[in-house]
Amino acid sequence: MEVVENHFSQGLKDGIPIGLGYLSVSFTFGMMAVSNGVPVEVAVMISLTNLTSAGQFSALSLMLESASLLELALSQFIINLRYALMSLSLTQKVDKHMKTYERALIAYGVTDEIFALASSTYERVGKWYMSGLILFPVFCWTMGTLLGGAFTTLMPESLRSALGIAIYGMFLAIIIPPAKKLKSVRKVLILAIALSCLFSACASFLPISSGFVIIICTVCAAGFGAWLFPVEEVSHE
Amino acid sequence: MNNYLPYMVVMALVTYLIRMVPLTFFQKEIKSPFIKSFLFYVPYAVLGAMTFPAIFTSGGSVLASTAGCLIALYLAYKGKGLLSVAVAACIMVYLVDLIFPLLS
Repeated sequence: MEVVENHFSQGLKDGIPIGLGYLSVSFTFGMMAVSNGVPVEVAVMISLTNLTSAGQFSALSLMLESASLLELALSQFIINLRYALMSLSLTQKVDKHMKTYERALIAYGVTDEIFALASSTYERVGKWYMSGLILFPVFCWTMGTLLGGAFTTLMPESLRSALGIAIYGMFLAIIIPPAKKLKSVRKVLILAIALSCLFSACASFLPISSGFVIIICTVCAAGFGAWLFPVEEVSHE
Repeated sequence: MNNYLPYMVVMALVTYLIRMVPLTFFQKEIKSPFIKSFLFYVPYAVLGAMTFPAIFTSGGSVLASTAGCLIALYLAYKGKGLLSVAVAACIMVYLVDLIFPLLS
C-alpha cells in the first residue's frame, strides 16, 4: 500500500523555504514593473495569476514594447512548456482518488519548486498537502511583488540578495540524499548538471531561453536514466 | 489597467492551460517501464539543471554564493531538513558578503 502524504500543515511547512526564495525574486519583479511604468496593481495581478518567474519577466518586456498578443502567447508557451512535463510527471504522484476539478485547481500551483518538492519527497501527495504547499509561496510571490512595487528600498540589498540562494539550498537538500543512496539518480543528476553548465557556457553564441534549456537537460538526463536504469531495477538496489 | 488587461488575460490563460491540461487529462497509471522510469527521473533532472550553474550567481557575490552552496551541500549530505539547509545557505551568503569586503 502506498503512503499518501495529505497533511495541510506538512505542506505549509515544506512551502516555507520556497516562499522565502520567491520573496526576493518577486520583489525584483515588482520593482522592475513599477520602475518601468506598469501600475503596481497590474504587477500584483500578473504575479497572482501567473506564478512563474521567467515567463513574467519576459512578458514584462514584451508588454513594454507593446508586442502583439500572439507574440506574448507564443513566448509564454515556449518558456512555460516545462510545466507540462512537470504536470505530466505529477499525474503519477498525486493521490489516485483526487477528483478532476481538484487536479485542475492544484495545477495552478505547479511551479518548478513546488513540483520538485511534491514529487521527490513523498510516495504520493494528496490535495490538502498540495494546498498547504502552494499557499505560502503564492502569498510570498504576490506580497513580494507588491512590496517591490510599493517600496523599492524597503529591504536592504544585502538581505534581499542573501535570500536568493534559499531556493537552491532547498533543491540541494532534496537531491543530495537520494543521490547518495542511488547510483542511478546520481548519474542522472550529473548529466543534467553537466548539460546545464554546458548551455550556460555557450549562452553567448547559443541563445536559448532558460525554460528550453531546462526542458532539453531534463529530457536528455531523464531519458538516459530511463534507458540505462529502468525503475524496477532501481527499487531493488 | 485596461491597456494591460488583454495581456494579463492571455498570459494567465496560456500559463494555466500548460499546467492544467496534462494534470487533468492524464489520470491513468502509466504502465510502460520506460515512461515510468523517465518520469521518475524528471524531478531530479529538473532540479539538477536548475540549480547548477544558477546557484553560483543566485545572490550576493560569486564567492558568497559558492560558500552558501558548499554549506548547503554539506548539510544536505548530512541529511538535514529543507528549511535548515536553505536558511544556512542564506546566512552563509549574508555573512561572507558582510565580512569579506571588510578584509580586502
